[in-house]
Amino acid sequence: MQRGRGKVRDTTITLAHGSGGKAMRDLIQDVILGAFNNPLLAPLEDQAVIGLHELARGGDRLAFTTDTFVVHPLFFPGGDIGQLAVNGTVNDLAMSGARPLYLSCGLVLEEGLPVETLRRVTQSMRAAADLAGVSIVTGDTKVVERGAADKLFINTAGLGVVPTGVNISASRARAGDQVIVNGYLGDHGCAILLARNELALETEVETDCQPLADLVATMLSVCPDIHCLRDATRGGLATVLNEFAQASRVAIRLHENALPLREEVRGACEILGLDPLYLANEGKLVALVPAAFAEPLVAAMRAHPAGQQAAIVGEVVEAPAGVVMLNTGFGGGRIVDLLVGEQLPRIC
Amino acid sequence: MKFIDEFRDPVKAQVLLKEIEQLVGRIERARALPRPLQIMEVCGGHTHAIFRYGLKQMLPPAVEFVHGPGCPVCVLPMGRVDDCLSLAEQPGVIFTTFGDALRVPGSKQSLLQAKANGADVRMVYSPLDALKLARENPQREVIFFGLGFETTMPSTAMTLLAARRAGVRNFSLFCNHITIIPTIKAILDSPDLHLDGFLGPGHVSLVIGTQPYEFIAGHYHKPIVIAGFEPLDLLQSLWMVLKQLAEGRSQVENQYARVVPATGNRAALAALQEVFELREFFEWRGLGSIDHSGVRIRAAFAEFDAERKFSVPNLKIADPKACQCGEVLKGVIKPHECKVFGTACTPETPLGALMVSSEGACAAYYNFGRIDISGLRGNAPELERRAAV
Ligand code: SF4
Repeated sequence: MQRGRGKVRDTTITLAHGSGGKAMRDLIQDVILGAFNNPLLAPLEDQAVIGLHELARGGDRLAFTTDTFVVHPLFFPGGDIGQLAVNGTVNDLAMSGARPLYLSCGLVLEEGLPVETLRRVTQSMRAAADLAGVSIVTGDTKVVERGAADKLFINTAGLGVVPTGVNISASRARAGDQVIVNGYLGDHGCAILLARNELALETEVETDCQPLADLVATMLSVCPDIHCLRDATRGGLATVLNEFAQASRVAIRLHENALPLREEVRGACEILGLDPLYLANEGKLVALVPAAFAEPLVAAMRAHPAGQQAAIVGEVVEAPAGVVMLNTGFGGGRIVDLLVGEQLPRIC
Repeated sequence: MKFIDEFRDPVKAQVLLKEIEQLVGRIERARALPRPLQIMEVCGGHTHAIFRYGLKQMLPPAVEFVHGPGCPVCVLPMGRVDDCLSLAEQPGVIFTTFGDALRVPGSKQSLLQAKANGADVRMVYSPLDALKLARENPQREVIFFGLGFETTMPSTAMTLLAARRAGVRNFSLFCNHITIIPTIKAILDSPDLHLDGFLGPGHVSLVIGTQPYEFIAGHYHKPIVIAGFEPLDLLQSLWMVLKQLAEGRSQVENQYARVVPATGNRAALAALQEVFELREFFEWRGLGSIDHSGVRIRAAFAEFDAERKFSVPNLKIADPKACQCGEVLKGVIKPHECKVFGTACTPETPLGALMVSSEGACAAYYNFGRIDISGLRGNAPELERRAAV
């Protein structure tokens, strides 16, 4: 493709930016290449061609994932949709123990989106990719008519390599395993709720959006035999643990007092009648590990910037299989079930 | 939040639990009851807290909570939900309501499903948000679906007063507010009832005070204690009820005095008086029609009354035959004893309303209590040791 120095002069996205003509080429040159530039993307072929030898050095299996990001509002305290789209996919790769390497980026733009917004988002994606050590090497852009999408949707797919010997799966939990999280729960869900500005709450909570691959590498160096690992995104800690309990046919017992929760998040949940165990996170993982490794693992995680509030929050027991329970800090107990639909604030 | 932690102190809880056990022993010896003591918590917020903190597991088996009619979403009859849908589907209408009313099933669909099918249904956190929407969309008609007991009534009333002051013309209220006293009375008059005492609703009492409950203690000779919502509040209130029973007293006591004044809230009561009047009858899901248990908007505020402004079909739809919600509400059976509990009726496919809101007794049983986790009091011995020191 010809390397013209196109510069986008329009202030908003129009259907012409998706037409395949000059306006589209300028948009890609200026906004996309301007942000993501790297040797694999620069030729602007329809695909990125990646050397196998490079991949094979990192391990013996490929990890491959995709996710689509729609969030309202696009910018919220501590983050934005672009950062989310990179970290979400990076973290999905990392939860297999893989080292994430390459991402694709598919953009769906609504006619009328300010070009400046797209610029901010792609630059934020670049910054997040740099931080996570991945390159965005291929992509696609579509423009849809006003009303056919909500401003901006992003799809990212990712490739990573799983080191030899690492074998993480939701079905590997065993009685005696300890449940570990890497920090405060529910920040992202709470930040989004507050950013929608439907509540007259003064509290400011920032998203916890962050890449977790490096933390996982650190964890694997201490405990190569992590049994289960997952990032607790939509549905929160409760949903992930229910999935583990069911896949492994075990029970999981949580200790309410051990759960790391910010006062602000606890307070907002209290007022809205929401349960922080189900709030979304974007930079939190849950690991089930053999008991002997739990304490050294937490110590190593706390020394890492992405795991400073790491804690052991529960353990795996045999029965009743498939069930997650909570020892309330008050001395009682209850079931922590899968949620039906989304959490709706209670009336009073 | 320090304030809250004080009401969740597990060591204090153990002390209270010991005393509760002793009181229960005393009552049992005196009465030789063939059945457990049944204490009804009227308020859905209490039901929720009981399950959330696992209080059921902590209590001696001889004490049972009966989950009363206090979840306003749960007692909404199906016909009323259908009325909402017909309002929401009128052209130009923005229909607004609280989050947990969205999932209540009507005879054909819920408000959430209607929204997915194109009706402009929006969740708000307060009626004032709905009024704001009306001012921002002058060419649309904004209807607020007001429901709930005296807890939510004052904010609805104040919103109507504000709408009138501001001369807003495109705002109205579909009023489904209900009032607590006739409801408790209807329950007490039910012949199959075994209740021994009541935990009175904290938030409602904040508005109406404690005096309106006198008939429960005086006429029906049942103890009632107005209770707060923290787990220690609930345990302490239960302890106060049991103490009355052990000493053969029946009185209205106020455990939640830090919030609830005996005379209620004058300003709120005045707003209610100005805006609302009692309806002759109001239909409850599971309980049938209860005289004077609902309120409507006074004629002076007719322009804000969705029932006058639009044509509301006012449908009467019988509850599904298999539903035993009424018996659960009165404490005659436990949720899991209902024939369709957990089979035809689950939170995904609620047949009865008690399965809908997380404050509903059946949903709470299903989510938190359907599996026996009585072995879960793992740290109780340690706590008891600390309590003994
Ligand atoms: S299980 Fe369903 S039908 Fe039965 S009482 Fe509960 S809510 Fe009503």
